[in-house]
Amino acid sequence: MGSLPQRSVRRIGLCLAAILAGGAARSEIDLSGNWFVAYHEDWIEVGTGPDIADFTGLPINDAARERALSWNPSLINQPERQCAQLPLDYTVFWTNFRIWKEIDPFTQRILAYRSHRQWGEEKQTVYMDGRPHPPVYAPHAYQGFSTGEWDGDKLKITTTHLKEGYSRRNGVPRSDRATIIVYYIRHDDHLTVARIVQDPDYLTEPLIHTTNYTQELQKEIPPWKCEIVTELVGQPEGFVPHYYPWKNPYADEFSEKYGIPREAALGGAETMYPDYIENDRE
Amino acid sequence: MTSIRCAHSHRSKRTENRSKAAIGLVLLVASVSCSAQPQVAAPAGDIGVLHVRGNVYMLVGANSNTTVQVGEQGILVVDTMTESEGDRLLAAIQALSDQPIRHVINTHAHSDHIGSNLAVSLAGDGLFNRNASINVNTPPSDPVSGNAPIYAHENALNAISAMEPSPPFDAWPSSTYFTESKDLYFNGEAVRLFHQPNAHTDGDSIVQFRGSDVISAGDIFVTTGYPFIDVDNGGSIEGIIAGLNRVIDIAVPEALQEGGTLIVPGRGRLCDESEVVEYRDMLTIIRNIVQERIDEGMTLAEVQAARPTFGFDTRYGSESGSWTTEQFVAAIYDELTRGKH
Repeated sequence: MGSLPQRSVRRIGLCLAAILAGGAARSEIDLSGNWFVAYHEDWIEVGTGPDIADFTGLPINDAARERALSWNPSLINQPERQCAQLPLDYTVFWTNFRIWKEIDPFTQRILAYRSHRQWGEEKQTVYMDGRPHPPVYAPHAYQGFSTGEWDGDKLKITTTHLKEGYSRRNGVPRSDRATIIVYYIRHDDHLTVARIVQDPDYLTEPLIHTTNYTQELQKEIPPWKCEIVTELVGQPEGFVPHYYPWKNPYADEFSEKYGIPREAALGGAETMYPDYIENDRE
Repeated sequence: MTSIRCAHSHRSKRTENRSKAAIGLVLLVASVSCSAQPQVAAPAGDIGVLHVRGNVYMLVGANSNTTVQVGEQGILVVDTMTESEGDRLLAAIQALSDQPIRHVINTHAHSDHIGSNLAVSLAGDGLFNRNASINVNTPPSDPVSGNAPIYAHENALNAISAMEPSPPFDAWPSSTYFTESKDLYFNGEAVRLFHQPNAHTDGDSIVQFRGSDVISAGDIFVTTGYPFIDVDNGGSIEGIIAGLNRVIDIAVPEALQEGGTLIVPGRGRLCDESEVVEYRDMLTIIRNIVQERIDEGMTLAEVQAARPTFGFDTRYGSESGSWTTEQFVAAIYDELTRGKH
């Protein structure tokens, strides 16, 4: 990733410091259990889904914006996408999950943390045994290849080898060359999950986001199954729904509905910070 | 508790000892049935080796991939990298099995996929040249038993035989087909060759290992950039998209669009169906955008200036080298306007 403006670096540093503050001298903490999302934020994004062309708050570049403006919601009706699991970007912040330890029976050391998500039954293994990440030609996965290390009482998970995903589920792409760093920060029965996405292809700054979970002792993760059916009726094999980016009929719908300047609706790092709003008011 | 360690190998003890002493390779276990993720088992060497599934391995060279199927009947090799990689490729193949190479398949006629045809074929034993009067005391390793045959579509042979300078005759495909498909049965599984007309070239074969559930796609599918459309040898964007749709049609994901049929690309990393879908969708969108610009009356220069690939260029584009984004767009434009000028 290219160098960031000093102002952005300071902001990212402050943000990370706030997320990660405290606890450096404390020891590892057990993360096992069933965790349920506290849906007190991001409701539209995790519920009904974001509007078309709502890219607010995303530090995307022009290429990402171009692709996102060509996105047609019918794309998810392709037979190959109907049952596709969520990419790691989404699983870490919007779906309940179970996490458990894999222990070496002889040394009793933690070899890995494994997790199982509710929405899509996504599975992730976080290797804790110090193994390196595979070479670039190894397979990629929606949940990627993850290794973990303790930073005080915070578990830092570094994930590479991701399949292409999305930074927002209205077509904002995240490339298969991205790295996602996730922190698990436990406070008794509450868990804060911080996600930091670095994408050399589609982000100009790291995308940082947090979500809160609560541990529930009387709940289990239910099964989730999916069957592929014909949803794009009358289309030829290989049909790919999309708009031409310069002709997307819904490109302005979000900005007009909420009275947000089009430039801000279409995202970008320069539109993310308070001074942009102040300048806009002036 | 499920162990997170696992390993697969078709090597005998003898081969294992030989290979340990002879070469250092990257041996990754990519079998999704064993572990969700591959593991590094050895320091990196010049040729990377991935166990894909069942009898099939993917060997990764500097610019292209080779697919190897091993078993009790011998070794089958799909594509042979460049000529300069021949010794290392053979060492990597022989580290997987001490059985002879019985078959070689070329997915198409480019030098980074056929370059070591001669070395690999000569190192093999195709059995075909044995005659009925063979001496019962002739050892299996006797050179009279003949080279491993090289299979390819007839158009690939035509292209190879027309090359200047011409490769040695023994490096030419020796068994060709001109029908839609050709079937082999080797090491306990069906191996099917499907001709994909006018795709990367006019002589492309997609190779399916039906029992192992692996497809070797050749350069119809690459993960390293936009596909090279070899227009001079009959290539076309429509054919490449049709080839990707064929791969998607054959492939079946295990669950949630992950795993299941695994696809060895001509270049780049091991994939499953979902990644072919992303690639197919990208090429379809780019083709449609170029067509839309043509319909708007734009010239080639105007289409290139409008950058129809812009959204994908950070990931797949190239401004230099033998196949630039500009050339890619020009090839599509020319194809879509052919006969309309």
